[in-house]
Amino acid sequence: MPSSAPLLQVTGLQKSYSVPVLSDFSFELLPGEVHALVGSNGAGKSTFARILSGLTHSDGGNLQFLGKPYAPHSKREAEHAGIVMVMQELNVIGTLTVAENIFLSRLPRRAGFVRFAQLRKMAREALARVGLEKLDPKTPARQLGVGQQQLVEIAGALAQNCRLLILDEPTAALTDPEIDQLFANIRRLQTEGVGIIYISHRMDEIRRISNRVTVLRDGRRVATHSATDVTPTDLVREMVGHDLPERKGISNRLTNQVAMRVSKLSAGDRVREVSFEVHRGEILGLAGLIGSGRTETLRAIFGADRKDSGEVFLGADKQPIPIRQPSDAVRVGIGMVPEDRKLDGLLLGQSIRINTTLATLSRHVRGGGWLDSRAESRTTDSIGSRLGVRCASSEQPVSELSGGNQQKVVIARWLARNCSVLLFDEPTRGIDVAAKDTIYQLLRDLAAEGKAVVMVSSELTELMALCDRILVMSAGTIAAEFLPGQWSQEKITHAAFSNYLDRVEDGQGAATEDKRSDGVGE
Amino acid sequence: MIRKSSQLGEYAAMVVIWLGLFLLFGAFSDNFLTWRTLSTLANRIPTLTVVAAGMTLVLIIGGIDLSVGSVLGLGGAVVGVTLVDWHWPFWAAVVACLSVGLAAGTINGFISVLLGVPSFIVTLGMLEIARGLAYLTTHSQTKYIGSAVEGFARPIGGLGCSVAFLLAVALIVILQFVLSRSIFGRYLIAIGTNEQAVRLAGINSRPAKIAVFALLGVLTGLGAVFYTSRLGSSDPNAGVGLELSAIAAVVIGGTSLMGGRGSVVSSFFGVLIIATLEAGLAQVGASEPVKRVVTGSVIVLAVILDAWRHHLAGAKFPLLKRLFGPKLS
Repeated sequence: MPSSAPLLQVTGLQKSYSVPVLSDFSFELLPGEVHALVGSNGAGKSTFARILSGLTHSDGGNLQFLGKPYAPHSKREAEHAGIVMVMQELNVIGTLTVAENIFLSRLPRRAGFVRFAQLRKMAREALARVGLEKLDPKTPARQLGVGQQQLVEIAGALAQNCRLLILDEPTAALTDPEIDQLFANIRRLQTEGVGIIYISHRMDEIRRISNRVTVLRDGRRVATHSATDVTPTDLVREMVGHDLPERKGISNRLTNQVAMRVSKLSAGDRVREVSFEVHRGEILGLAGLIGSGRTETLRAIFGADRKDSGEVFLGADKQPIPIRQPSDAVRVGIGMVPEDRKLDGLLLGQSIRINTTLATLSRHVRGGGWLDSRAESRTTDSIGSRLGVRCASSEQPVSELSGGNQQKVVIARWLARNCSVLLFDEPTRGIDVAAKDTIYQLLRDLAAEGKAVVMVSSELTELMALCDRILVMSAGTIAAEFLPGQWSQEKITHAAFSNYLDRVEDGQGAATEDKRSDGVGE
Repeated sequence: MIRKSSQLGEYAAMVVIWLGLFLLFGAFSDNFLTWRTLSTLANRIPTLTVVAAGMTLVLIIGGIDLSVGSVLGLGGAVVGVTLVDWHWPFWAAVVACLSVGLAAGTINGFISVLLGVPSFIVTLGMLEIARGLAYLTTHSQTKYIGSAVEGFARPIGGLGCSVAFLLAVALIVILQFVLSRSIFGRYLIAIGTNEQAVRLAGINSRPAKIAVFALLGVLTGLGAVFYTSRLGSSDPNAGVGLELSAIAAVVIGGTSLMGGRGSVVSSFFGVLIIATLEAGLAQVGASEPVKRVVTGSVIVLAVILDAWRHHLAGAKFPLLKRLFGPKLS
C-alpha cells in the first residue's frame, strides 16, 4: 500500500531544552503508511510530534514535507500545511456541540454570526469520514464517551485537508471495541494516502496497525523495523537498552485470611450489589469495559463517592466499617491510587516530599508537633529509591516528573502509610514500559508482604500476568470470576459484554444507560 | 534545602524593594529619611498587618474574604459600646471584639465550606451584614473612648513602636511558622493545590478550611482593637476598603490568588510597601487621586513581576507564559 515518494523526510533533527531531547534523529513516512514511534517516556517521541505540529521549534536538522522544506512556526501553520496532531489529552469542549468542536477555529460565518445549517452539514460530512455518520452533530460533546470524543477530534483533524496525522497514545482511554473502530478508521485513511505517525506504548496494537516501527531511546533512533517481523520482546529490549527481568510465575503467596470483604455494594447506576472478598497476599483483578463500574466500585469502597447501600468488612470482622469519606477508609488501612493521577492524586506544583508524606504527616513530627522536614526527606528518599523514582531531589516539583515517576509518587504515599489493603485504578495507564515493569514488581512485592491488592486495568494481558484471580464486571455487576488456569482473553471479553447483551435482548438498551460502554459509532 | 534558600532569597528581594522605595522617597523629600517616619509607619500598620496575615492563609486555600473591612467596623463598634455604654473593663471589651470576629469568620467558613457556596459570595454578603450591624450597634455614631483604649497604640518610650506593632510582628512570625512547619499549615497548602487529591489522601479538609476563615475573623477582631486604640474612638465606618488593601498586600507579597502558594512574612513586606508608598506619596505632596493611581499601578506591576518569576513554566498564567515563557516539551 505505501507508495514510493516519502511524505515526510527527517534527517539530523536536533532539539535540546536543558538536556538534549532529540539528537541526530532521522525518520521517514510514506503516503498511506502507519509508522509507529515507540520509546520510554522522555525518549523524545512527544517532542518530535510537537516539532511537526508547530508547537515547538527544532534546533537544527532538515525536515522535508511533500518534497519541500518544512518549518512551521505555529500549530495553525502546520495544520495549513496538512499536518495535524490529536493529542494524548483530549481537547474536546464538553459544553459545545460535536459540530462546534470539529470546526471551532473556523466556524462558517456570515456578518459575525455562525451559519449553523452549513456547520451541521460540514460536520456530518466530517463525521462520516470517521464512521460516525449516525451521530447527530448537535449532540453536546460531554454526552459522548471518551472513544467517540477522540473520533470527533480526529474528524476535526481530517476536516482540514490533513495529509499527515499524528496520533499520540490514541488508545489510552479506549475499550477494545472502540480500538477496533479506531483502527478501521486508520485503515480507511491509509487508502486515502494519509500518512500516520502512531505513538503508543502498546506493543500488540503497534503490530496490528502499523507498517513500520521506529524505536527511540534518549532522543536517538535506535532502529526501524517492519512491524510484521519484530517481536515485542525485541522492541522492549531496544527501548530500555537491556532485557526486562523474567516474568515471574505466581508463587505461593496466597493465604486464606480474608483481608477485606465487600457485601452487596451499590452506588448510583454504575455499581449494583457488588460482593467479593480479597485475601491477604492476593492480587485481585477487576476487568471490564470502561463504564462497567470498576472505577466506581473502588471509589465507593474507599468512600470517595457516596454509596447507596452495602458494607465493607475488614479481615474476619463481623462488624462492617462505616466508610463515609476517604479518611474513614485510610484510618483502617485502605489506600487507593486513583485513575487520574493529575486530577485526583497529585499536588502537581508541590515537591515529591510534600506529595509523599501527605497521608502520614502525623508520623513526621518532632517535639511540640512541628513537622520534621528531615524525617520527611528520609521517608521520601527511602521509598523513592525502592520505587526507582527518577528525580533531581526530593524537593523537585512532581509536575516536572514523567508520567511513570508521577505514578510512583502517588503509590509512595500509600507505602509510607503501610496500608493493608491497596486499591489500584489503572496503575499503568500512560506510562512507559520500564516504569510499568517497576510497578508490576511492586504489586508482586506488596502481595508477597501479605497485603491485599485490588487492581482495575483495561489491559487484559497485564491482569493475566499479575493476578491471582480476576473478577469481570459488566454493567455494574460482577459477571464472572476466573482463576489463573481458567481464563483467556476471549473468555474475559465475553464476560465483560455479557450483561450488556442480555439487557439489549431484554429491550432495556444498554446504549442509553451507558454511552461509554457501547463501542463506537454503530 | 533548595526550598529554604529560595524562600530567603524571596524575602531578601522584598526587603530590597521596600528599601529602594524608602530611599526613592528620601531622595525627593528632605525629611522622609528619619527615625520618625519609620516610627509613624510602624504605628500605622498593625491593623493591616494582622488582617493581611490571616488573609494570606485564606488565599492559600484558594478562598477569599471580602468581609474583613466590615467585620473590623463591627468589632470597633463592639469595643465602643461595651466600654462607653456598658462600662465593661478593657479586657472584657477586647474579648467581646475578638469573639465577634471569630463568630463572623466561623459563619463565613461554615457556609462556604459545608454548603459549598463560593467564599467570594458568602463574604460579600457578610460585608453588608457586618457593616449594617456596626451601624445598628452604634446608632451610626462615632463614640469617643479616650485613654481607656489607647495603650496598645502608644509608642513605647525609647523604642518608638507600639505594643500593637510588636504583637503584629510576633503574629507574623508565629503564623509563618504555622504555615511552613505545622501539619495544619501543610494541609492548607495542599488544599490550595488540589483539594480533591487531599480528600483522596484520606484527609478531611473541611475542618482546616473552616478554621482558616475563623482565624482570619479573630485576627480581624484584633485588628479592630488596634484600630480603635490608635484613633481613641470607635467609628462604625472604620475599615471601609480594608479588604482590598489586605488582598493587595498579600498579592504584592507573592501569594497566589489561585491558592497553594504563599508566605505570611512576604505579606508583611507587602503591607510595608503599601504603607511606605502611601506615606511617601503624602510626603512628596501627591494628591489623593494621584496616590490612588500610583498605588493601583504598583499592585498590578507587583503581580505581573511575581507571575513572571514564578509561573513561566507553570500553567496558572497562560497568557504570561505565552508572552514570556520558554516553549515547553
